[in-house]
Amino acid sequence: MSTAANPQQSGAFPEPAPLDWVDGQEAILYEHCGACGKATYFRRGFCPRCGATPVAVRRSAGHGTVYAATTVVRAPSPEWKAIAPYAMVLVDLQEGIRILAHGAPGLAIGDAVNIGWQRLGPRLIPRAEPVASSTQGQQKK
Amino acid sequence: MSYVTGVGLTAFGRHESKNTLSLMTDAATAALADAGLVREQVDGLICGYSTTMPHIMLSTLFAEHFGLQPRYAHAAQVGGATGFAMIMLAHLVVDSGAADNLLVVAGENRLSGQSRDMTMQTLAQAGHARYEVPLGPTVPAYYGLVASRYMHEYGLTETDMAQLAVLMRQHASGHPGAQLRDAIRVEDVLQSAPIAPPLKLMDCCPISDGGAAFIISREPVSAHALRIRGCSQMHTHQHVTGAEDLAHFGAKASMARAMAQAGVALSDIGYAAFYDSFTITLAILLEEVGLCERGQAGAAAASGYFSSDGAMPLNTHGGLLSYGHCGVAGAMAHLAETHVQLTRRAGSRQIPGTPSVAMLHGDGGTMSSHVSLIMERVQ
Repeated sequence: MSTAANPQQSGAFPEPAPLDWVDGQEAILYEHCGACGKATYFRRGFCPRCGATPVAVRRSAGHGTVYAATTVVRAPSPEWKAIAPYAMVLVDLQEGIRILAHGAPGLAIGDAVNIGWQRLGPRLIPRAEPVASSTQGQQKK
Repeated sequence: MSYVTGVGLTAFGRHESKNTLSLMTDAATAALADAGLVREQVDGLICGYSTTMPHIMLSTLFAEHFGLQPRYAHAAQVGGATGFAMIMLAHLVVDSGAADNLLVVAGENRLSGQSRDMTMQTLAQAGHARYEVPLGPTVPAYYGLVASRYMHEYGLTETDMAQLAVLMRQHASGHPGAQLRDAIRVEDVLQSAPIAPPLKLMDCCPISDGGAAFIISREPVSAHALRIRGCSQMHTHQHVTGAEDLAHFGAKASMARAMAQAGVALSDIGYAAFYDSFTITLAILLEEVGLCERGQAGAAAASGYFSSDGAMPLNTHGGLLSYGHCGVAGAMAHLAETHVQLTRRAGSRQIPGTPSVAMLHGDGGTMSSHVSLIMERVQ
């Protein structure tokens, strides 16, 4: 049986979890493993590839490329039907993470995007916006 | 060694007077009769789950209701892959000696027991609670994302996917228990209402009420037993955002292991049963396991390859896309049809020839959980 130190049980007050867009802060956070270099969007306090802990919480600059794209036409509830249709995209961010986000209409796979923000009632929603064509040359594809 | 010795399948569709337990009961009653067994001979029970009747002990709830006192019982849960995962588990349990005749059963009034919105919201919870669900996704949207990438990678088209919907409807037209039996054309699919482009209404399976059950036995106690020759799984991720790649999935490795275990090659396979929650699901799975080249599933369907009288009959009951999808029992219908086809009990739907080996594949989540089975006719 291991008795590995757990900072949550060491008597010190735990660090508050950093806030991101789900908490209403305009930020996409992720974890970076100093041991193996893996970047992880779903934060869990350890590296899911090598198991290392602790991992550093970093903030994405929000620049990336559309990996997959759809539009929610048939929305799941009255709240979402009110704004349907809404584009939904998977975006590969330059830090090496993939996120799900809303998107500007008409985005296609391979498009260079920046993550912007949209307020929907109490929610803050990350929304992929096309990068102006003048800066598109620095993006992949 | 284990055998599927009895099969029970209800009609799928709208069954207003039914609930989870009554649909499970109907299917279990039919499976017992088909195996020629009585309740006292059933000493094991594995059941699925029901979104209209969440319960922490569904297996023993059903055992008491149906009148069983098994020496092995519990429920299982891996989304759409649950049905085949239960078959694999039943095989392992029976083979281990923990039970001699094990009942595998599932049923749900998913259509009439709750609103369509409620079903869509419940199913979308398979998404990430913090980083996906708050964005208002649906299961069709998760698969719409998958479809967009897969089409981009391999050149599969919306017309190709429509061919698979047309084929499933053709097959369902011959089954009195199928929910959707009216003939459709490729144009009908292409012109159906957009749901989560590229997926349209007719690319999506309907929501159904229904039930299915099997008896898995250590001995071939019925005259129409199918031997379970190979079973394997692969679980690569849970969320669409967490998948490393939407061009390669776990089906390939899962089916390869099941075939190696069974000692069979693709050329030995004479019947195919594949999970088809959406047309894209079916296309990907057929191409993953090598039944056709990448991007060619629609062309293969259009050429008649997967038709009842084709070289590789596929889901001859109509699949989830047309027989219907009531949750866990949805994919179990694929095995029920495999069973009656291989044992030559499919009546007017009976495929020509006498294939003795079938491959089956189920998928849960968003191409997350994969279960592959290889079955062989005994007699």
